[in-house]
Amino acid sequence: MSQLRFWQQSILYLLLTLYAILTLIPFLWALSASFKPLSEIVSDSIHFLPQQFTLENYHQIFSQPLFLRWLLNSVIIATSVTLLNLLLNSMAGYALARLQFFGKQFWFFLILAVLAVPAQVTLIPMFLILKTFGWLNSYQGMIVPAMVNATFIFLMRQFFINFPKELEEAATLDGLTPFQTFWHIVLPLAKPALTAQAILVFMGSWNNFLLPVVILFDPEMFTLPLGLNTFKGQYISYWNYIMAASMIFTLPVLGIYAFFNRYFIQSVTFTGSKG
Amino acid sequence: MRLQNRQKYIHSLLRESAIGYGFMAPTLLVLAVFVVLPILYAVFLAFQKVQLLGGIEYEFVGLRNFARLMADDRVWIALRNTAEYVAIVVPSQTVLALILATTLNAGVRGQTGWRILYFLPTITSSAVLTLIFMWIYNTNGLLNQFLAFIRLPTYNWIGDPAVALKGIMIMNIWSTAPFFMVIYLAALQEIPQSIYEAAKIDGANAWQQFWYVTLPLLKPVTFFVVAMGIIGTFQLFDQSYIFSNGSGGPNNATLTIVLLIYQYVFRDLQMGYAAAIAFLLAAIIITITLLQQWLFGKQTMN
Repeated sequence: MSQLRFWQQSILYLLLTLYAILTLIPFLWALSASFKPLSEIVSDSIHFLPQQFTLENYHQIFSQPLFLRWLLNSVIIATSVTLLNLLLNSMAGYALARLQFFGKQFWFFLILAVLAVPAQVTLIPMFLILKTFGWLNSYQGMIVPAMVNATFIFLMRQFFINFPKELEEAATLDGLTPFQTFWHIVLPLAKPALTAQAILVFMGSWNNFLLPVVILFDPEMFTLPLGLNTFKGQYISYWNYIMAASMIFTLPVLGIYAFFNRYFIQSVTFTGSKG
Repeated sequence: MRLQNRQKYIHSLLRESAIGYGFMAPTLLVLAVFVVLPILYAVFLAFQKVQLLGGIEYEFVGLRNFARLMADDRVWIALRNTAEYVAIVVPSQTVLALILATTLNAGVRGQTGWRILYFLPTITSSAVLTLIFMWIYNTNGLLNQFLAFIRLPTYNWIGDPAVALKGIMIMNIWSTAPFFMVIYLAALQEIPQSIYEAAKIDGANAWQQFWYVTLPLLKPVTFFVVAMGIIGTFQLFDQSYIFSNGSGGPNNATLTIVLLIYQYVFRDLQMGYAAAIAFLLAAIIITITLLQQWLFGKQTMN
C-alpha cells in the first residue's frame, strides 16, 4: 500500500503529527510546571516555557527526608521481584515443557486456572496471611507473593516447547546435571523471552499501586507511587512540587525506555502473539 | 530380567519426578500460599463476619453478606460506574488502537519513531499520569483554558460528579490505546501482501480491502485486545483512588467496585462482606469473558 497520492500522504502525516502532539502535551506541560515558581502555576496565563525558570521545586523535593527512601524502596522491590520472576518462571516453564514428572498435567492446568482469578479476590486473604506472617510493611511482603507469575510461566512453557532437544541431550552426555544444563545451556538461549519478561515485570512492579496501598502503611516503607500520592495530600495545589516529584519518578523508566525501546515493543508483541 | 527392567524404569521415573519437582518447588510453594490458599480463604471469608481486634475472630453468617450486597446502594452505584466505564473505554481504546496501527502501517516514513513516541504513556505509572491529568483538569488548568479559547463550555473536571468519571475515561483511553496499537501493528505486519494484491485484482478499493480483508484477518487479535481491555477496565482502582483521595467522590461519581472493596476492608474493616463483593466482581468478569468468547466463536463459524 505504498502508492498513496500526495494529498493522501499529507493527511496521513497530519493525523500522525496531531496524535503525537496529543501524546506529548501532558508530559511537556508537567515538565514545564516542574520548573515554574508557584506564582506562575496559579496564574491564569498559559506559557509552555517557564517565564521564571527555577530549580527550586527539585530542591524542595530532594530536601524531603523520605523521598530518597521511597526511591530506594521502589528500586529494591522492583529489582528483586524482576530477578526472582526471571529465575522461577523460567524454571517452572522449563519443567512443564521438558521434564516428565507425576502430576505435571495437573499443575499445568492449575496454573492456567490461576490466570483466570482476578487479583481482587485474593487481595483480602493475602492481607490477612501477610499479617499472620508479620510481613505487612516489609520488603518480603511486597516481594515474595509477587515472585512468580502464572502468565509468564505459561509464556516460558510455550517458548521452551519449541526449543531444540539436541542441545540438552548433548549436555547430559557431557555429564551436566539438569540444573547445570538449565543454567548454562537453556537460559542463555532464552534471552529474547527473558528480556521481554524482565521489562514487563519490572514496569509492573515499579508502577504497582494496589498491593502497596494495601500492605504498606508506614511512610518509611512506601514505594514511590504511594509516596507521590501522599505528596499530593501534603502539598495540595502546590502543583509545581507534585510535577517535579512525578518527573523524577518517571525519569528512570524513561531512561530504560530510551535505550531499550525496541525490546519494550517486542515484549508487548510477545505477550500478544502467545496470549 | 523383566522385573529388573521394570525396577529400572520406575527408578528413572522417580528420579525424573524428583528433578521436575525440584524445578517447580518455589513456584508451587508461592502459588499454594499466595494464590490457592487465598482463594479458599476468600470463599470462607465470604460467609463470615470478621472482627479484627488484635487477633482475627470469625462468626458464620451464612448468605447474609450476599443478601446485604443486593440491598447495598453503594454496590449498585459502583457497578453502574464500572459498567459505564467499561462500555465506553473498551470500544474507544480498541478502535483508536486499530486506527493508529492502520495509519502507521500505511507506508509512512519513520514508523519506528512514531511508535516509540506514541508508546510513551503506556510506560508511565498510573500514579504519575493521574497526577498530571489532575493538574491539567484543574478548574483553571490547561484543558479548561483550551476549551474556553475555542469557546466550548468548561467544567470542574475533578469536582463535578457529572464529568469526573469522564475525565478518568479520557485519560485511560489515551494511555492504554498505544499498548494495543503495538499488538495490532505486529498482527498487521504479518498479513502477506499477496492477499492485498489479489483483492486489488478483484477491484477492491482501499476501504474495501480494509473492511473485507484486514478486519476479518485481525479477528483473533481483536478478541485478545477486547478481552484484555475488559479484564483491565473492570479492575479500575488506582486512578479513582488518587483522583478522589480514596473516597470515590465527588458524590460517588468515581466509585468503582475495586475501590468499594478497598473501602470496606480498610475503612470499615468488614473483610467478610468485602470478600463477597470481590466474588461478585470475579463472577462478572468471568461471565463477560465467556460470553465474549461465545460471541466471537459464533461469528467465526458464520
